[in-house]
Parts: sequence; structure tokens; C-alpha cells
Amino acid sequence: MTEAVSRPRPLHWPTLTPGWRLALLLTLVVFAIALYLTWDIKASLAFTLKYRSKKLITLLLVGFSVSTATLLFQTLSQNRILTPGIMGFDALYVLIQSILVLTLGVIGFNTLNPYMKWGMETALMILAMLMMYRLLFRGNQQSLQFMMLAGIIFGVLFSSGSALVFRLLDPTQFGVLQDALFATFAAVDPILLQISFGVLAVTAVALWRTHARLDVMLLGQNSATSLGLNYNAMVLMILLLVAILVSLSTALVGPVSFFGLLVVHLAYRLAGSYQHRFLIPFAALLGMLTLVSGEFILQHLTNFSTRLSIIIEFFGGLFFLALIIRQGKA
Amino acid sequence: MIELSNICLSYGKNDILTNVSLSLRQQGLTSIIGPNGAGKSSLLAILNRLQKPTSGEVRIDGQPIDSFDNRVLATRLSILRQDNQINARISVRDLVCFGRFPYHNGRPTAEDWAVIDQAIHYLDMSDLQDRYLDQLSGGQRQRAFIAMVLAQDTQYVFLDEPLNNLDMKHSVAIMKQLRRACEELSKSIVVVLHDINFASCYSDEIVSMKHGRIAHSGSPEQVMQDHILMDLYDMPLSVQQIDDKRLCLYYL
Repeated sequence: MTEAVSRPRPLHWPTLTPGWRLALLLTLVVFAIALYLTWDIKASLAFTLKYRSKKLITLLLVGFSVSTATLLFQTLSQNRILTPGIMGFDALYVLIQSILVLTLGVIGFNTLNPYMKWGMETALMILAMLMMYRLLFRGNQQSLQFMMLAGIIFGVLFSSGSALVFRLLDPTQFGVLQDALFATFAAVDPILLQISFGVLAVTAVALWRTHARLDVMLLGQNSATSLGLNYNAMVLMILLLVAILVSLSTALVGPVSFFGLLVVHLAYRLAGSYQHRFLIPFAALLGMLTLVSGEFILQHLTNFSTRLSIIIEFFGGLFFLALIIRQGKA
Repeated sequence: MIELSNICLSYGKNDILTNVSLSLRQQGLTSIIGPNGAGKSSLLAILNRLQKPTSGEVRIDGQPIDSFDNRVLATRLSILRQDNQINARISVRDLVCFGRFPYHNGRPTAEDWAVIDQAIHYLDMSDLQDRYLDQLSGGQRQRAFIAMVLAQDTQYVFLDEPLNNLDMKHSVAIMKQLRRACEELSKSIVVVLHDINFASCYSDEIVSMKHGRIAHSGSPEQVMQDHILMDLYDMPLSVQQIDDKRLCLYYL
């Protein structure tokens, strides 16, 4: 080991500290938002801003919740290819929607009190999560994996349940349900937005208080416990946060899962730190940037000829291929 | 002083530990030896509170282990288990910094950094401190983790096979450093070892385990005996006196 051996440096932007990277990303997000709000205004400024900002808030909220939920879930599972979707959350959401349409009918479903609907969906998701935790989690990493496997099975069960319900619906009901299930980033109900901000605040406080402990979780259960972490409590907290965030984003726009995987992987590469105090905001901002710029491209460059989710999947797919090819070479 | 009294652990019908009673010295190096499946790792899991004993009690400095707050316990005893897989890109220095977590809770002070630098230096890792864990060899990783545990600066340190993946030079270096830590910092270090000759040369006390029970405990001279070791490992071997050390020949 001679003196001359140079220390290897991170691959990207070697001189930028994580703080600067975050600042840079924030600038980009602000820029994208400004562009989105002010580009090509045809009606009055006030009207356009009001109209566009509603949709913008949805995009920002979803960007935050999906990215954060995926990141937390990967920290928990110590696995970088999983998303919360594996626990059958999306399938449960679909099942709830289909049962609601079936039991309440089209009119009942569409006039459902949004507070109640969101509250019920979230409560069900959290309840499902708690039951899995109580029944299957034995306080170690193996049982965590076991719990996820059970989640996959439950996901299949829920999907089959939904398929059964689909067959019982009449064509009009089915149409309404289809509409509710597609990921659409349209303007959302103001009440849902209020709820979302509440959720956002709670999540932000929880993450702010626990980000250092989340870092310790990266060391695995044995070391984390030896360092004084209450592992089981952390598992429960992360699972609850993930359940809340996922139910928020699905209530806002419907199931989106590939998007989170994409954003979180980019964040791992670009944030320049493993620490959650950088990773979480980075992933959240990156999620927002992706959605806002995607929506911008969609609205102004393609004239609504396609769906935002399709654009994201397209670029996400390309990026993922590039990632895999690069990793194969390295 | 850590006292284990009548610890039993069983999974269903399988008894992993049976009536293990042991007091660990306040200072010095204790080696736990024994064949695979003797229950050594389970014992550490109980001390780490990852596993609850079926019956029996662990007391640390007179207090039952369950009465400790997690964080307070983490400043009294630290445990390094085997198989530390980490996916994240963490540098050696950051890993060692985690050792101070029970004290700084995510915000390391200058004092913490001093301890961290010291631990890195102690394990001869100053040149490697900015490397990421995935850029290290198995032995270097192992040393980085030991540095983390030393940075935790606890009275009691438990290491599960710390010499895994280490070459002769680094094995000896680690054992010497552990000895030094025992003497200079008056720590009590407990290591699970498979190489009984390391146990013989560096320990103050050797505890041998078999079938979930304590077979023997005593000074290296007392435990390093032909009949004791043959009985423990169920194989022919011979213990030789070389200079003032007792070494076991079991390779033939």
C-alpha cells in the first residue's frame, strides 16, 4: 500500500456535495414548475394559473409520496428491486374500488363523500398491513421476507377477487370502474388535497425525526439492534408510513409503481449520499421533476395525444435498459 | 459483569441451549470455542436481545437485560455478528461513524469524530477510510466492521468469528489489537473463535460449548488438554507445549 495509490472517487459529479446536488435539483424543479405554469398561456393569466396549479399540486404530491414510499420500502427490505406494489397494495386498492362500485352502484360511487372514501381506503390498507405484521412478523429479517411473500399471495388473491367482481358488474359500472382505476393525473378534489397536505405534514415530521435511524437500518437487523435501535418498532413505523403514502397516491391518481422504482434508482445514483436526509428529499424532488416535466411535454409538445403514465414508462424503460447494460459492462 | 443464569432456548422440541450459566469477566479476553451447532451464535443472539431465552436470565452489572433502554444498553455492550451484507454505498469512515450512533443519534460531534478516527487508526484502515465497502476485500470489510464496534466504545464487546476471511497477518493483528484494547482500555471482549490456537494464545479465559451446554471454562492451560479437546470436537488431536503456549495440532 503505497502513498501514491489514489482514492477512488464517486462516478458522477465528483466535486458536488449532496447538499449542492439537492439545491441543483430543487432549482430544476422550480424551473420546471415555472415552465409548466407559464408556457403558452392562451386564456387570462389568473385563470390559467388557477387551472394549472391544481393539477400541479397533484403531480407534486404524487411525486413525493410514490418516491418516498418506494425508498422506505427498499430500505426496510434491504432490496433494491422491490416496490410497495409487491405487498399487494395496488391489488387491494382495485378490489376496494370494485366492491364499492358493485355495492353502491354508479351514482352511489360517484357521489361518495371523498373524506369517507379516502379514510376508509386508508384504514383498510393500514389494517391489512397491521394484520400481516401481527400475524407474520416474528422480529427478524427472515420473517420480513416471509411477510412480503405472503403479500404477493394476498395480491393475487385480491386480484382474483377483483376479477370476480368485474364479472358481476354491468357495462356502465365497469366503465366507471375502469375510469377510477387508470392512473390519471387530472385535477383532483380539493378535499382530497386538504387530506393530502395533512398526510404530507405527518410523514415529513416522522421522517425528519427518524432519518438517522433509517440510515442505521441499512446495516441490517443485527448491527442495527446492537446499535440500540428498536428494530421492530422501526419496521412497524416504516410499514405504516408506506401504507399511508401508497394509499394517498393511489387515491389521488390510481396505481403507479414502476415510476417509484425508476426515481429511487436515479436518486441512489445521483444523490451522492446513502443518508436518508439527502436521499428522501432527493428522490421526492426527482419524482416531482419527472412528473411535472413529463406533464409539460405531454401538454405542450404532444397536445395531449398520449397519457403521462405512458411517457414515464417509455423513458423509464429506456433508462432501465441503459442501467442494466452499464452494470453488465462494469 | 455479565451473568447468565440457567439460560435455556428451544425451538419446538429442539433444545438449542440447555442450562447455560456463565459469568463473563469485567475485563479481559474470553474466547468461546466449540464445534458447529454448539449454540455459540444463539448465545450471542440472546445477549443482543434478538432472541428471547425460553427460560433463564441475563444480568448486566446486576440489572436484568430486559430492564435496559435499547440505547443505554448499546453504550454498555456491542455485538458484531457474522454476515454483514450491506447494499448501500457506504464508505468505511461512515460505517465506523455508525458505531457512535448510540451517542450522537445521527449528529456526530467533534468528540465522536475523534473516537472514529482513533478506531480507524487502531485497525490500520486510515488509507482505506474513504473507500466504499463494496470496493474492499473480505478481510478489509471485516476490519471495517470491527472498527465500527470499537468506535461504539462499550465495556463489553462480543465478536462472532472476527477472524473470518482474514489472512494470517491480519488475524494476528486483530487479536493483538483486541488484547491491547482489553489491557489499555480495560474492556471485556468476548470472541467466538474457530481457530482454537488463537484462543489459546490470546485469551484470559476459554469457554467451550457443546450441544448447547457449557463443557468447560477456565484458563487456556486448563482447557487446552488432549482429552478435553478430543471430547469437545470428537476427533483425534494432540496438544503441544511450544515455548509458553499450548498449541493444538489437529490437521492430520
